[in-house]
Amino acid sequence: MKVFFILTLLIINVVGLKAQPIAIGSVAPDFSLKNYDGTTVSLSDYANEKGVMVIFSCNPCPIVKAYEDRMIALHHEFAPQGYPVVFINPNDAIQQPADAVDKIKERATEKNYPFPYLIDADQTVYPSYGATRTPELFLLKNEGDGRFTVAYTGTVDDNYQDASAVTVPFASNAIRALLAGNTPDPATTKAIGCGIKAKKIM
Amino acid sequence: MFLMNNRRSMDVSQKESQHYRQMKRAGEHPNRKYTLRHLLLSLLMQISLWTYAENKQPAADVTVVSFEELQPLLQQKNDTVYVVNFWATWCAPCIKEIPSFEQLGEKYRDKRVKVLMVSLDIPKDLHSRLIPFVEKANMHNKVLLLNDPNSNHWIPLVDENWTGVIPATLIYGNGFRHFYQQEFTFEELDALIYPLL
Repeated sequence: MKVFFILTLLIINVVGLKAQPIAIGSVAPDFSLKNYDGTTVSLSDYANEKGVMVIFSCNPCPIVKAYEDRMIALHHEFAPQGYPVVFINPNDAIQQPADAVDKIKERATEKNYPFPYLIDADQTVYPSYGATRTPELFLLKNEGDGRFTVAYTGTVDDNYQDASAVTVPFASNAIRALLAGNTPDPATTKAIGCGIKAKKIM
Repeated sequence: MFLMNNRRSMDVSQKESQHYRQMKRAGEHPNRKYTLRHLLLSLLMQISLWTYAENKQPAADVTVVSFEELQPLLQQKNDTVYVVNFWATWCAPCIKEIPSFEQLGEKYRDKRVKVLMVSLDIPKDLHSRLIPFVEKANMHNKVLLLNDPNSNHWIPLVDENWTGVIPATLIYGNGFRHFYQQEFTFEELDALIYPLL
């Protein structure tokens, strides 16, 4: 019993709480997830793009809401240039009913998402990226050999409250750096977000 | 005097006696009715003030701070142990652990322990969400609202390993300093604080 308890604590510590986004330059884990419209979307579907902006997102988080229009704008600006956005909802719907499948569909339809809004139903994808919160961005660069590498992780910009007061648009800058053949700087940023709601095991 | 008068005039008619009684009320204690009402009113006010003081949480006591103003509170050098919790009304696990921090604050109220609750709520929600929440949850710990939208700047200054996820808690003082990205029960907090005193 004691060993089990310690093990559980260890697992919680290693997997859940001390998680960090995967390192810049590392190979992006592949995924194949159900979209809200019933189709399946995989990272490999983007083989003809220059890269992908993977964003872990959810429905009720106020930080997501504050950034939602800006994240949609990112897609409108950069999808034509080879960097489309993909939303992944990592939350357990039992822990957070606002992220149930029908609610995800409702939100995507309501806000007219121009990109997939995938459901990490088994909660295997977000830990593989080391994501801990929503919204959390992972800019992936297509290496052209079937692999995507992580080029930028973090947030959209430096002012979630007021889009007009932004001084550094981190995400746009990172994509522009890749388009220009440069390395994003900064390659990682941090932001307050809503913690990802993991399934309760016990 | 009138009482004596009354006693002495036992032979006076009922009417007269009544008249005396009336005079007694009106003449001898002209302000009696007024004073009584006054007393009752002030008593009522007193009671309502007590209830007010007991239930009313310091609504105006949520202080809005910039990170530059908060930072010194994260590195005070004295003999006090500081427990700084980062939370928000939109963060369910944060709300769950608020009673634990209240209990901690209560237990160590007279000791050298200070609990600071730093809200990361959206500043425009201060009056519509945060203050009503603080009142409803009957929070006695000091509540601050950190208004600094560039969290990429200040998150690493709180702790370099902080991903930005909340709840998160900084405990420091008496040579100890640790940053926790986790939820706490009262017992867990107490077990950390007690040895530091």
